Amino acid sequence: MSATAGTAERVDLASTSLRELNQRLHDQAGAGEPIRHWQILNPSGAHALACGLDAPIEVEIMGHAGYYCAGMNKLAAVTVHGNAGVGLAENIMSGVVRVTGNASQAAAATGRGGLVIVEGDASARCGISLKGADIVVRGSVGHMSAFMAQTGRMVVLGDAGDALGDSLYEARLYVRGSVRSLGADCTEKELRDEHRDELAELLAAAGVDGIEPGEFRRYGSARNLYTFHVDNAGSY
Amino acid sequence: MCGIVGLFAKTDDVQARLGAHLASMLLELNDRGPDSAGVAFYREPAPAGGSKLTLHHPDVGYDWAALAAAAAARFGGEPQVHRRENHAVVVVAAPADAAEAWVGEAHPEVRVMSAGSVIEIYKEVGLPRVFAERFGVAELDGSHALGHTRMATESRVTTDGSHPFSTGLDLCLVHNGSLSNHNRVRKGLQREGIVFRTENDSEVAAGYLMWRMREGATLDQALEGCLDDLDGFYTFAVGTADGFAVLRDPIACKPAVLAETDEWVAMASEYRAIATLPGAEGARIWEPEPATVYSWERVAA
Repeated sequence: MSATAGTAERVDLASTSLRELNQRLHDQAGAGEPIRHWQILNPSGAHALACGLDAPIEVEIMGHAGYYCAGMNKLAAVTVHGNAGVGLAENIMSGVVRVTGNASQAAAATGRGGLVIVEGDASARCGISLKGADIVVRGSVGHMSAFMAQTGRMVVLGDAGDALGDSLYEARLYVRGSVRSLGADCTEKELRDEHRDELAELLAAAGVDGIEPGEFRRYGSARNLYTFHVDNAGSY
Repeated sequence: MCGIVGLFAKTDDVQARLGAHLASMLLELNDRGPDSAGVAFYREPAPAGGSKLTLHHPDVGYDWAALAAAAAARFGGEPQVHRRENHAVVVVAAPADAAEAWVGEAHPEVRVMSAGSVIEIYKEVGLPRVFAERFGVAELDGSHALGHTRMATESRVTTDGSHPFSTGLDLCLVHNGSLSNHNRVRKGLQREGIVFRTENDSEVAAGYLMWRMREGATLDQALEGCLDDLDGFYTFAVGTADGFAVLRDPIACKPAVLAETDEWVAMASEYRAIATLPGAEGARIWEPEPATVYSWERVAA
């Protein structure tokens, strides 16, 4: 899937409308032989860039992206060479979304599958309501990250802000730095061999070298909230 | 939505080009707030003992020279007025509160947009892009400035309902978000003698700060009071004579990005606005924590 820059299809948003670009990218889903490698020039913080992709293509965004970049991504590998705004890779289904700079709030929110990599910091509510996707943040995450995360994994090489993992379900959180505070019902758990193994896999998938899985602490649900008591099952 | 931008110059070069920088930031957030736009610039201090007012009259042909002459006749000094579209900055040889009171009595047909020694506020309905062009924002210099693009939710699109709102001498507020208890807070503030011109929620936040500082609070204390007394979503940026401050609500619902280099401090709703600044790629960038007051002040030379 890796193509050289020389063969990339270049789309310049200074002269092409965002709607036209997204339509062309969507058209690759039905194409017998999709155009494999795309470069988007002059993104200038546009919102909803490369949303709803559904083809095994590689899209490089050569600059800063605005809100909801690569939302609902399926199969595609999207790289933002810059910073991304609110809601990066929201509800990602599969594929890989990578940001070389920072991601704003709610990165990978509700993501169901695939991998989201933030090479800088992610801010508040990273991985909120996560439903199966994996997240690797090389920097730090802001407050209320992994709020109500149901399943999936979040790896943070830096620090986590307040209320990490509040009202967590079964998602697994790994933080290498400090955690300012844990949210309701989130607790530190033992880092066992199977967790070291999955950390090693996630770090490798994100292209992170020189960091040992043993440097992380694991956090998960204490399963003490109302929703975890079988006596309350009839209430739903 | 709404968009906020702020820029604080640390060097003479950024000061000289402050308007050009702020205008390019504002244009990036054009689509966040197509209903109206406004800026507050801190520049050209009035002579000691004097003050300057930014005044507005809907008619661009309004006779500002006559008003300035009347001010000079009343307070002394030479008439000094600089018109900018349907706004004008009048320099008066009297303290700002006295000058403002005189305008209210002698010229009730004009609105006082700002009063103080360094602040100038310009704001108008319409696309931010058109506003910036019409008011020549790029030509302005200054030590620091705030800008706002409005997508109206809580009240009508009018000049008075545009941001920034004056919150006292040399103070102003811009707001992204919406307040849910503004009617109740407004009633309380009206009993304290604070006057409101619109049904706008952000004007209530401005009035709240004005009241708290009138009662002796520092700016930081007044902002911290917002956390207890204002209900809703907000990112506030407040301009002062010496700098600016930023506050987000306890959930940090509304966006804000801060960036700092050796040459400037910038604040914006989206990073794309900061990306227009020279040296942005090397800036320290972060998103402000919820319920935390951030402030920058010019250190007296």
